[in-house]
Amino acid sequence: MATVIGMPIDRIDGPAKVTGKAIYAADVGADKPVFGAIATATIAYGSIKSIDASEARRQPGVLLVWTHENAPAQAPWVPKAEDPFARPKPQLDSKKIQYYGQPVALVVATTFEAAREAAALIDVTYEKGEGVFDLENAGKDTKTPKQDNVGKPAASKVGDVDMAMRTGFVSVDETYKTPYQNHNQMEPHASTAIWDGDKLTVHCAVQLVESAHACIATTLKLPPEKVEIVAEFIGGGFGGKLPVYGDAILAGLAARELKRPVRVVLTRQQMAHVTTHRGASVQRVRLAAQRDGTLTAIAHESLAQTARADDFVEPIVASTRSLYAAPNRFTQQRTAVLDLPIPGSMRAPGEAIGLLALEQAIDELAVKLDMDPIALRLKNEPKDDPEKHIPFSTRNLVACLQQGADRFGWNKRNPKPGANRQGQWLVGMGVAAAIRGNFLRKAEAKVTMTSAKTATVEMDMTDIGTGSYTIFAQIAAETLDIPVEAVTVKLGHSSYPDTPGSGGSFGASSCGAALLDACQKLKARLDKGEGPQGLTAMGKAAPGDDYKKYAQFAYGAHFAEVGVDADTGEVRLRRMLGVFDAGRILNAKTARSQLIGGMIWGVSSALYEEQPLDLRFGSFMSVDLANYHVPVHADIPSVEAATLKEFDRHANALGSKGVGELGICGAGAAVANAVYNACGARVREYPITVDKILPALS
Amino acid sequence: MKAFTFERATDVDAAVASSAKPGARFIAGGTNLLDLMKVEVEKPAHLIDISRLPLRDIAETPEGDLTVGALVSNTDLAAHPKVRERYPMLARAVVNGASAQLRNQATTGGNLLQRTRCPYFYDVAKSCNKRTPGAGCSALQGINRMTAVLGGSDACIAAHPSDMAVALMALEATIETKGGSKGGRKIAIADFYRLPGDTPHRETNLEPGELIVSVALPPPPAGQQTYRKVRDRASYAFALVSVAAILDLDADKRVRGARLALGGVGTMPWRALDAEKGMVGAEAGDKAFAAAGAVAMAGARGRGGNDFKIPLAKRVVARTFAGLATSISKG
Ligand SMILES: Cc1cc2nc3c(=O)[nH]c(=O)nc-3n(C[C@H](O)[C@H](O)[C@H](O)COP(=O)(O)OP(=O)(O)OC[C@H]3O[C@@H](n4cnc5c(N)ncnc54)[C@H](O)[C@@H]3O)c2cc1C
Repeated sequence: MATVIGMPIDRIDGPAKVTGKAIYAADVGADKPVFGAIATATIAYGSIKSIDASEARRQPGVLLVWTHENAPAQAPWVPKAEDPFARPKPQLDSKKIQYYGQPVALVVATTFEAAREAAALIDVTYEKGEGVFDLENAGKDTKTPKQDNVGKPAASKVGDVDMAMRTGFVSVDETYKTPYQNHNQMEPHASTAIWDGDKLTVHCAVQLVESAHACIATTLKLPPEKVEIVAEFIGGGFGGKLPVYGDAILAGLAARELKRPVRVVLTRQQMAHVTTHRGASVQRVRLAAQRDGTLTAIAHESLAQTARADDFVEPIVASTRSLYAAPNRFTQQRTAVLDLPIPGSMRAPGEAIGLLALEQAIDELAVKLDMDPIALRLKNEPKDDPEKHIPFSTRNLVACLQQGADRFGWNKRNPKPGANRQGQWLVGMGVAAAIRGNFLRKAEAKVTMTSAKTATVEMDMTDIGTGSYTIFAQIAAETLDIPVEAVTVKLGHSSYPDTPGSGGSFGASSCGAALLDACQKLKARLDKGEGPQGLTAMGKAAPGDDYKKYAQFAYGAHFAEVGVDADTGEVRLRRMLGVFDAGRILNAKTARSQLIGGMIWGVSSALYEEQPLDLRFGSFMSVDLANYHVPVHADIPSVEAATLKEFDRHANALGSKGVGELGICGAGAAVANAVYNACGARVREYPITVDKILPALS
Repeated sequence: MKAFTFERATDVDAAVASSAKPGARFIAGGTNLLDLMKVEVEKPAHLIDISRLPLRDIAETPEGDLTVGALVSNTDLAAHPKVRERYPMLARAVVNGASAQLRNQATTGGNLLQRTRCPYFYDVAKSCNKRTPGAGCSALQGINRMTAVLGGSDACIAAHPSDMAVALMALEATIETKGGSKGGRKIAIADFYRLPGDTPHRETNLEPGELIVSVALPPPPAGQQTYRKVRDRASYAFALVSVAAILDLDADKRVRGARLALGGVGTMPWRALDAEKGMVGAEAGDKAFAAAGAVAMAGARGRGGNDFKIPLAKRVVARTFAGLATSISKG
């Protein structure tokens, strides 16, 4: 049997994507589709006093205008549910405004342009209330929740941090801030809804087909079997397409009303408010250590936004509980309930911003100790999970740090800030650790021999650009001992077997393990002489006891070299390296792409990305890609990702862990630490822009 | 976007004649106008596409000027050998703007007339005096990191976003037009832009329907030129501060002549004449260059988010002249 799993093969959906044959939700062919445009609220809190849509209705080509006064009845929103993404998402169901940019009307017209123009003509008068928008001044709306979003306790306490802070040889007590961010996927949120008799098909841009199916069916009060969700290609999700939004619900309702296909696409500007974002955070980190660098205390407290209209609690401090050893520990996640758009998961919710604070604080401690920051981390490597006291399934943070240091040339780093000047550039290096929780979810897969040498795989899993199609083909090919080209992978239809979809980096492992199971069963029957033609097997995967018995994480170490312009304070990345331990790698090429994509986003969080909030209006102000900065090619000269050879037998039958989010975890902190090493500016408020560096340059 | 009628102009006179139609606007590359139409900041009733008019040449006049047709793309302008040789600061300014794709599409005339990037100007749900005179300015107490510190008023602090125009300011270009009440004229770039005052919706002294046909560059002044742009990422970002500078030194390393214009800090592309004058005769060195930065920013007023631009601009002015002095002394 040839080794196929792990090989760096090109993505099998690549040719379809670059030739335009991959069809996205807004491009789905439909018979005489009509176009919906959403109008959104221009206040953040209050209610609609009156709404005048007469002008919009008079526009040529307009077929339908819905507001809360005449939109069809839908199932009501429920505040709590086991699967938050399956909850009903009723649209235009009330005059109440809960956040700026909330949809207040839908116009459907024969052309996209006419719909948009008419939507702009809807005249809404509001009764404005006093919303709470300021994370740091939310008063009684500042809460201490019991649990975070993944069901972990929101706080943990071991020993006495205050005492350790008083008695430590050195200590760090600093506050870090991270800004609001938007996913800004290349593909906007889009839906095309088509009715055929009493059956509704919604082509939509979602990560979780199963949840979307439940959400859309319940919201529209339809029997589940009368709804099909199709999401064959998704142009980026990053957590922002976990929920279903108004585009899908309203397209489905309007298509029923008009008896023809309806397409609704959010504009780039609308995406900032209508869809979820990453909430801003204020994080306090306290560390105490002995003279030799042994940590005696770690405390990490975070305050982040949750929306009054939702219950998301980002697990910002959760992984801090498992990263380093220390006898005295405290973590706490607090929230401010704000009248802002709804925050949600965005690539590595929790660690992505938690490590921006923690891993910069560790660097600050190393400076105070006059100790190498890698040596400091090695010194505090825990033997088992420091709070749960269970073994790690696998943990290779030490190897990641050491191998990375060798490859990067860490020994050439001068620990003194500002010591390495090259022309106008002050050059510095930084390091940070990566940790990301590893998850497995219940999944099913079906594999069918379509001939003696060809097979088809079916799952309602999505490929949000990550490479899912390709790794599934590899798993089936290797297990069935057929060429990769002989495998057809069908994803993204709700009628296919149930999977958890794409999110939390659990997709490849959960679905991959289910598929492995299906293929092994099929192979066993083939070997017995059954089939082949038409032979089918179902497989499944589910988290077992090993998720309770072992602490499961993926790890990494980031190394960054930056130049800071001594005249202007401009920071430019020079090179970056990440070494990762993510269990078994299922495709070296797509895994690398995921990892460097995450690292680049980490650079973005460190240096560029910010969604400014206007506190007077409760509205975001960088709503297009000219103003919302992410790195451009010129910002990313060289990024390398390497993975260790690993197999985590406690994680799942494939031995793999998630890679989709690991790359962003800690990456920004390595950049921030490199900035400090380059020029001595310790910037604790991200992103690290010129204005925050200038004061440190003489 | 509002529905509009569209025509493709066949020649300059026809374009000018059509501009009398109600709500008519010229469209060249469309890279600015179309974006603004989509968000209904601009709502022209009629578009006159001038992109096929024969205004794509760069030519030398007998007087030694270089005339640049209004439809010369930003890419072609920056790549032209005469521009690179004689006006390197202009070539640098242009390639420091936008992205390669945009520069291929954007034109010289359109670049001069691009509108501010102030987020409140772009958001029709917020008040903006540029969009609706008298409505109030949301930027004064708002998200104003990118706004101007020079030339602002209580009605508007929106920064002019062009890089190209900053270099043209320093090079004392002349804008040539057709149409308008005079049938066409030459406007020195120093007289082209307006300060916002209490009429920030009027950004230039062009008359309605007046078509830019070319931009004339006089022979470059003696000295070394450069353009330095400070921005939040390495490419594809508007200037926080930019500096177009020319420095000419005599044999004793005294300043014989200097030109200085700034971008990112002004409500219009900003010429710093006083700073230039103050440098003449001074010994080239940190003292004179720091003084130039201080004089250039003397009247600056920060509004919170943009305060950092004042010290930043002073530094960049001083360091840019210092860089020019070093490169002159190296020959
Ligand atoms: C994402 C993005 C980033 C950018 N970054 C930068 C940057 O960093 N630096 C920078 O300098 N610029 C930047 N730009 C702006 C870009 O340079 C301008 O959009 C472009 O130069 C405008 O030229 P155009 O031909 O497309 O103008 P158009 O959009 O066609 O027209 C702009 C205006 O000029 C008028 N007009 C055009 N030609 C004439 C004429 N001949 N006579 C009279 N009126 C005329 C039009 O009526 C319209 O009002 C950026 C643009 C975008 C979209």
